[in-house]
Amino acid sequence: MMKDNRQTEKPKKNVLINNPVVRFFKNNIGILLALFVMCLALTLATDSFFDSKNLLNVLRQICINALLAFGMTFVLIIGGIDLTVGSVVGASGVAVVMLMEAGIPMVPAILLSLLFGAVIGLINGVIIATTGMPPFIVTLSLMGSIRGLAYIITDGRSVASSNSTFTSMGNGYFLGIPIPIYILVIVMIIVSTILYKTRFGRRMYAIGGNPTAARYTGINIKSITIKVYIISAVLASLAGIILASRMFSGQPTAGQGYESDAIAAAVLGGTSFTGGIGTIGGTLVGALVIGVLSNGLNLLHIPSYVQMVIKGIVIIMAVGFDIIKHGKGLQISQLLFGRQKS
Amino acid sequence: MDNQYFLEMYGICKTFPGARVLNNVELKIKPGEVRALMGENGAGKSTLIKILGGIYSKDHGCGCIKINGKEVEINSVHDAMAHGISIIHQEICLAENMSVADNLFMGQEMLKKVKCFVDDKQMIKKAQQVIDSMGMDIDVRTKVGDLSIAKQQMVEICRALMYDSKLIVMDEPTSSLTQAEIEQLFAQIEKLKKSGIAIIYISHRMDEIFRIADSITVLRDGELIGTDLAANLDRDRLIAMMVGRELMEVQKTERKHELADECLVVKNLGNMKLRDINFSLRRGEILGFAGLVGAGRTELARAIFGIDRIDSGEIYINGEKVSIKNPRDAIARKIAYVPEDRKHEGLFLVHDIRYNISISILERFIKIVGVNRKKEQAILDEHREKLSIRMTSGDQKVQELSGGNQQKVLVSKWLATDPEILILDEPTRGIDVGAKAAIYRLIYDLAEQGVAIMLISSEMEEIINLSDRIIVMHEGEIAGELENRGTSESMQEEIMVLASGGRLNDER
Repeated sequence: MMKDNRQTEKPKKNVLINNPVVRFFKNNIGILLALFVMCLALTLATDSFFDSKNLLNVLRQICINALLAFGMTFVLIIGGIDLTVGSVVGASGVAVVMLMEAGIPMVPAILLSLLFGAVIGLINGVIIATTGMPPFIVTLSLMGSIRGLAYIITDGRSVASSNSTFTSMGNGYFLGIPIPIYILVIVMIIVSTILYKTRFGRRMYAIGGNPTAARYTGINIKSITIKVYIISAVLASLAGIILASRMFSGQPTAGQGYESDAIAAAVLGGTSFTGGIGTIGGTLVGALVIGVLSNGLNLLHIPSYVQMVIKGIVIIMAVGFDIIKHGKGLQISQLLFGRQKS
Repeated sequence: MDNQYFLEMYGICKTFPGARVLNNVELKIKPGEVRALMGENGAGKSTLIKILGGIYSKDHGCGCIKINGKEVEINSVHDAMAHGISIIHQEICLAENMSVADNLFMGQEMLKKVKCFVDDKQMIKKAQQVIDSMGMDIDVRTKVGDLSIAKQQMVEICRALMYDSKLIVMDEPTSSLTQAEIEQLFAQIEKLKKSGIAIIYISHRMDEIFRIADSITVLRDGELIGTDLAANLDRDRLIAMMVGRELMEVQKTERKHELADECLVVKNLGNMKLRDINFSLRRGEILGFAGLVGAGRTELARAIFGIDRIDSGEIYINGEKVSIKNPRDAIARKIAYVPEDRKHEGLFLVHDIRYNISISILERFIKIVGVNRKKEQAILDEHREKLSIRMTSGDQKVQELSGGNQQKVLVSKWLATDPEILILDEPTRGIDVGAKAAIYRLIYDLAEQGVAIMLISSEMEEIINLSDRIIVMHEGEIAGELENRGTSESMQEEIMVLASGGRLNDER
């Protein structure tokens, strides 16, 4: 009798909880609400916000940040941080344009540039995994080194691209939708699959959630850590290539400060700074919030220096939100947002 | 002054959710008295000390604390210090990269006439006076990290004196000291005693207790068993007081099965914490590991499981010599280790039950890409049934479960790997009776199915009732091995004697 009861009960529950859409809304209810309120306010306050052209433009703008933020989400889930992503954006953009200008065809140039990103990730990962140095320090130091590298190879000047196929990648449309959005969707499917459908993804959560327990469970922490930093750097490299394409040139200054936007997007989307918690869907919403915020501030003609101040405050709020959600303010957050389920 | 107690504690109770750990405990100490506080692990010694030191507060409206005859409230560490109570914890709490003088004055730095500057010269002078008055040969300008452990301990005592302490509690102060250093410490204790300072001394080492204690208080299961002058007690009586004569809650079930061949043999194993460990374990056998905290039982488990490095010796599994360098190697050899500290070493608290149970066997339902949800659910259902884990659903977060259910999840996680050798480190610590019973039943069933079990436990009854054989460890070595004859009273005494560094043939 007992058994029969349970079997009839169980499937119903599972359908609800395992449904990714339901889970997505449940996890991100707070931030989705914020996004909705922001969009509503901007629609009412400006004529130009709720316009298909502007909205597509917002989507195109968030692509770079979303790519970086997906990588950052991976790194944050295993309890690390990657501050090199902004520099990798600059260096990869420069690299891809210079390779093409040197006569290498577009596809190999892109692949070589991604390989460059992978090498940076490998260096980050190996240092962090084998020496036990704090990821913050390692990536902060290399952030400067990689930026310097970009300046050295270009002599500090931007390199214009004469390849029109390449520049159409960032600026062109396919079926009325900007091409970077297609790239973003494909990357999102890939990273979601890695995170939710593989052993690797599950073990990432274990490493960030409780490193000691992960070690005792027989999880190869070093290997996973290195791979995660490689993924982050390759995504940053891809973002750098798209950015170079959009700007018709490789610029050594490109991507400066992008790491903070990426961290902000991930944390706004519910990724925990202490590791073990984070979703791709949440991070996408986080990137959307930041994108809509920038776009809205522009449409409202707020000077860019003031925008910097506002964005900084938003990041502080994002981290504060994370602490309230996972730390002392648990009861408050439960009152405000209901019980959080992962 | 002579008949006046410095400290009086009456009717102290402390209840944690679900368990009363102290019940009506009384403690009275005169100035200049050295009082030993004894009892098995979990008897309530440290809880009592933490109440005294303001780390825990006693149950509201239950009992009172008097200092020099006046009732006081101790609600914080600061309150305790203001009343002249200092606690020297087992782990040294000094800032290693600061000088001795800086450590002594930490939090009460002396200031120059202009109040915002620290008067280093004056502090060094005063600190040196205190150190010299204790007859110690230390330059107060040396960094604490450069001193030996014993000297660091002395610095802690000096710091307690700086706060004008009238009562100093020492929690296992000798656990990391050499014999010569212990002598130094005892000389200091004698000095403190002469200057009228009362001392509460917690230790498991009988010989030390009888050397320096004037009187002894014994606790057991949160109850005061008695206080007497050390001169009126001897080793046997003390052990009897600590162990008690009560009947056990755990029912001893008769296990009638043939033990199969040896599946784990450890030969001359040694590392930083262990010396020359030899034992063997058979299929279907429950081998108990008894000993005091810090005797090296957990360290042995960690060494076998590949967490700590092994410096010497060999491990054979099923007759084959193996080299286990990390937990992955151990798991590949079908060893499972359920650690003592389930929150820090075992569970992923922010994740759900399903995740925790399946994390070590992902390859069974995730091939390359794609999760087989049905198989995952089947694994969860199987283990939930086996240990009757109480949960709302598999998606419940582990941190929301009770201690007992958390432990069941942790054990399930390791059972899922189908181990042949299962190491259980304090599997029933801090869990309720029902969960305990479920875990005991499981241990029996597993042994019946031929799993070899290493059971580390500080609960005597548990060890005696469950084990076929018992190994007693003391300071990183095997002190003795006992066949379980089932007569628990004498067994308990034998274990206690071995665990506290004695020899069996001294006793009857």
